[in-house]
Amino acid sequence: MNSDCIVIEGSNMAECHPVAFQWVTEAKARGAKVIHVDPRFTRTSAIADLHVPLRAGSDIVFLGALVNHVLSNDLYFHDYVAAYTNASSLIREEYQDSEDLDGLFSGWDPDSKQYDQASWQYEYEDTPDAGVSEDDPAGAAEQERLSQEESVKDADQAHASGSGGPPLHGRAKRDETLQHPRCVFQVLKRHFARYTPEKVAEVCGVEPEAFLKVAEWITANSGRERTTAFVYSVGWTQHTVGAQYIRTASILQALLGNMGRPGGGILALRGHASIQGSTDIPTLYNLLPGYLPMPHATQHQSLDDYVADAAGTGGFWGNKRAYAVSLLKAWWGDAATPENDFCFDYVPKITGDHSSYRTVADMVEGKVAGYFLAGENPTVGHANGRMQRFGLANLEWLVVRDLQMIESASFWQTAPEIETGELVTEQIPTEVFFVPAASHVEKDGTFTQTQRMLQWRFKAIEPPGDCRSDLWFYYHLGRILRERLEDSTDPRDRPLLDLTWDYPLHGETQDPSADAVLREINGVGPDGRALSGYLDLKDDGSTTSGCWIYSGVYADEVNQAARKRPGREQGQVASEWGWSWPYNRRVLYNRASADPDGKPWSERKKYVWWDAEAGRWASTGDAVDFEATKPPDYVPPPGAKAQAALSGQDPFVMQSDGKAWLFAPKGVVDGPLPTHYEPSESPVENALYAVQGNPSTEHIQAPYNREAPSMGDVFPYSVTTYRLTEHHTAGAMSRTLPYLSELQPEFFVEVSPELAAERGLENGGWATLVSPRAAIEARVLVTERIRPIRTRGGQVVHQIGAPYHWGETGISTGDSANDLLPVVMDPNTHIQESKASTVDIRPGRRPRGPELTELLEQYRHRAGIASGRMPVGGRVAVEGT
Amino acid sequence: MKTWLDAWPVFRQLTGPDPLGRGAAARSRATENVVARTATADRVVQSVCPYCSVGCAQRVYVKDEQVVQIEGDPDSPVNRGRLCPKGSASKSLVTSPTRVTKVRYRRPYGTEWEDLDLDTAMEMIADRVLDARRRYWQDECDGKRVNRTMGIASLGGAALDNEENYLMKKLYSAMGAIQIENQARI
Repeated sequence: MNSDCIVIEGSNMAECHPVAFQWVTEAKARGAKVIHVDPRFTRTSAIADLHVPLRAGSDIVFLGALVNHVLSNDLYFHDYVAAYTNASSLIREEYQDSEDLDGLFSGWDPDSKQYDQASWQYEYEDTPDAGVSEDDPAGAAEQERLSQEESVKDADQAHASGSGGPPLHGRAKRDETLQHPRCVFQVLKRHFARYTPEKVAEVCGVEPEAFLKVAEWITANSGRERTTAFVYSVGWTQHTVGAQYIRTASILQALLGNMGRPGGGILALRGHASIQGSTDIPTLYNLLPGYLPMPHATQHQSLDDYVADAAGTGGFWGNKRAYAVSLLKAWWGDAATPENDFCFDYVPKITGDHSSYRTVADMVEGKVAGYFLAGENPTVGHANGRMQRFGLANLEWLVVRDLQMIESASFWQTAPEIETGELVTEQIPTEVFFVPAASHVEKDGTFTQTQRMLQWRFKAIEPPGDCRSDLWFYYHLGRILRERLEDSTDPRDRPLLDLTWDYPLHGETQDPSADAVLREINGVGPDGRALSGYLDLKDDGSTTSGCWIYSGVYADEVNQAARKRPGREQGQVASEWGWSWPYNRRVLYNRASADPDGKPWSERKKYVWWDAEAGRWASTGDAVDFEATKPPDYVPPPGAKAQAALSGQDPFVMQSDGKAWLFAPKGVVDGPLPTHYEPSESPVENALYAVQGNPSTEHIQAPYNREAPSMGDVFPYSVTTYRLTEHHTAGAMSRTLPYLSELQPEFFVEVSPELAAERGLENGGWATLVSPRAAIEARVLVTERIRPIRTRGGQVVHQIGAPYHWGETGISTGDSANDLLPVVMDPNTHIQESKASTVDIRPGRRPRGPELTELLEQYRHRAGIASGRMPVGGRVAVEGT
Repeated sequence: MKTWLDAWPVFRQLTGPDPLGRGAAARSRATENVVARTATADRVVQSVCPYCSVGCAQRVYVKDEQVVQIEGDPDSPVNRGRLCPKGSASKSLVTSPTRVTKVRYRRPYGTEWEDLDLDTAMEMIADRVLDARRRYWQDECDGKRVNRTMGIASLGGAALDNEENYLMKKLYSAMGAIQIENQARI
């Protein structure tokens, strides 16, 4: 609401986050410019001042050209960039840019398809005391070396920097004049020089006038007096270069001085009630709570190994040992002692990529025995539903917890592959337990919403019948397991037996207390009292905390997430409604809203400032994201560690150097700077480099996951999947409800009138979409909302929009758009490319039964792709491994 | 006392203070007796919408231990009382007649769902967890200590509470399971 300009790109905010969109319309009513950059014209576009239709998968060219525009026209926020970014840091001499290597960076290994990132790093000061003091320099150096091993890079350890940047092991040499040819600023200029308005026209299909209007609006609305915000969703993340899309926006926003300021920033609109919470307290294979990495067998055989990379280095990650020890104490209590490394050995170790799609590929091979699905319907909601179903059909047992009978539970009866004969019910060995779940009103607990705010829900009623909360399910499963193993002498069972697992139980069903769990997450001190935040955490085992970034949510023995002081009784920040991590800060890195001397950049954008008289930072209502009494003129003394190693002018306190990174010397596996690569399946040749797609893309080669060649004529159209207002992801919570099913009763695809004419499609009629993975049918919606993109070379790219909510069961049923998609993944995140792949479209319904598999086989043959035929039962191995 | 003539809306419209027939004249006794479910609820409980990530606050109206209505909470600085179509449908989500409320069991190679007692199901699941855990156990992998099982995987949705995710990660880690994933990956 404080923004002067809002760019929504990779998101259809008005339809997918409609209630949040009220704040955009309010900003607009106050005079803010609203820009929507998206392949489709939607309700978001209708409200925007400007809709810029661009070709799906070309965002880095568009954003990169904005970066270039800002740099080459000297429109960046000079004082902000000089003080708060790494623009002046020097990069090593060995570094070679994609400019030098036609789309690759230095360090590329064509065999492993990975980069050695050593040459991307800063050139460090070589004086004996460069102002950086690590606890364990030799250990840190060893960790640095191991971090470049293939299995470590496969394991996506960079993700463990989710609440900040990876640690650095020296102080970068700097050139404050920004003239040195190897300083980040100059590297950036050279890298983005080829991202011009002409290239935007050629690659994105955006007219130069529209591009220049966006450039003009965002630069006019940035600086001391004004701020611009960016908003994105999975339209950015679900690409093989997804992380780099967001990096490009970060670079732009840092150059414009929009980070850490009111009305600025980059807002990720996440898709589910507590998807932010599910990342912070991760049920993710490569993370422990609070973005601590899951220990890797190659790197982390002891607690010392585990913390060596960060311990003592600049910024708040310098206290990694305190966070890790407090977590181990929360889990293993008195059993965790300094003598036994606080039970660090109890934590299982990863050895590579164990992410969801990789695990499903293992299931298809029969390598996984049991699978729990807790509120997830992957046969509809994940890319390549066929692969998911073949995985489920090759398990020994499956436990499903949901409100409704979902496709992933009934696949042995309802899978489309039963009709084609690829699966036969009587031959599927999977034992299935459907254990019904409690709804959101039938249990206490917190969701973390998209701005990191935890909100407590009070239980309204008891769940019906056998329905139970997941807290109940996992607590009692753990209780039974521990009872079974009570007399075990096997050391492998110690982690379960020593686990702290004593929560107060309530009511007839013996539901564990969510309040007690939240308090454990917060952590307690030696006196047994709840801690007030992570600054209280110690590395000697005297404190506990189940998730260090959430420490403070139970400060003063009060459930801070349950605070519900009405918004109208509070100021704009409304800091007494719920609780945001960390330390209830609503705008992250808000020290950057003041200039280096601690004065607000302008009266209009005043947010936090240094109150010299009081000797502390003050704010308009938010918690200051900086050490409360560290003055702007603080200079770290030699040997300073962790946060003390950051100066009073380093606002990005989770970064090792306290700076916003225009260039990422570490932490991004597919390049230190964003580079345009075409989607893995693209109708268009890469117009910028000789490298077509992201060379680091992860593929799973198997008959169920065949990929189409780019620029082929068998699968000539680009398809992008999306959501509707009236449905929710895989449909279990919407296709089962009469109102919502009536509002959006049927699966449809959007095509332009031009494509309809080219393929003979009729509005309201049927069409069949074919990819190398699947053929599905949908109703056709012919609409000018989706339009062909004409690139400068004269090529016309037709795009098809496909909402992905449908499946075989529920009130409203239909084929699943996700069945079309390939599993090809961003190497940083293992997220699939849902937003741009290729298909053919033809009028009429799809064939049934074995004819369907024949049709697909014919298509693959014509496109020169290997056979995708699956054996009955669907058990096959991944090829080439 | 009302007469048959008073009960006739047109009569009231012509004779009363509501000549346009948009207010009192159009109200019947049935209308007078209609009371909002929100007014007669036994209690109102503060909650949060379970769909997207905006975090709209909800008020859950309960009568006779049943949810009778769910509305946006005007106190919330996030949504100021508003809900979208999905949030507005969340009463039908929690009261849906097609919700599964009994454990369902499909035996290997089975063709139909069967009934199963909840406690029995929990014991059977525990049996399978212990069995898979042992059969797929690895003390070491490529000569490095890993202390884990590769037999058990998990995929959570992102409407899990923080407390639930926490217990899941804690328990899975203690049992040595590592292929633990969430919609947050997607």
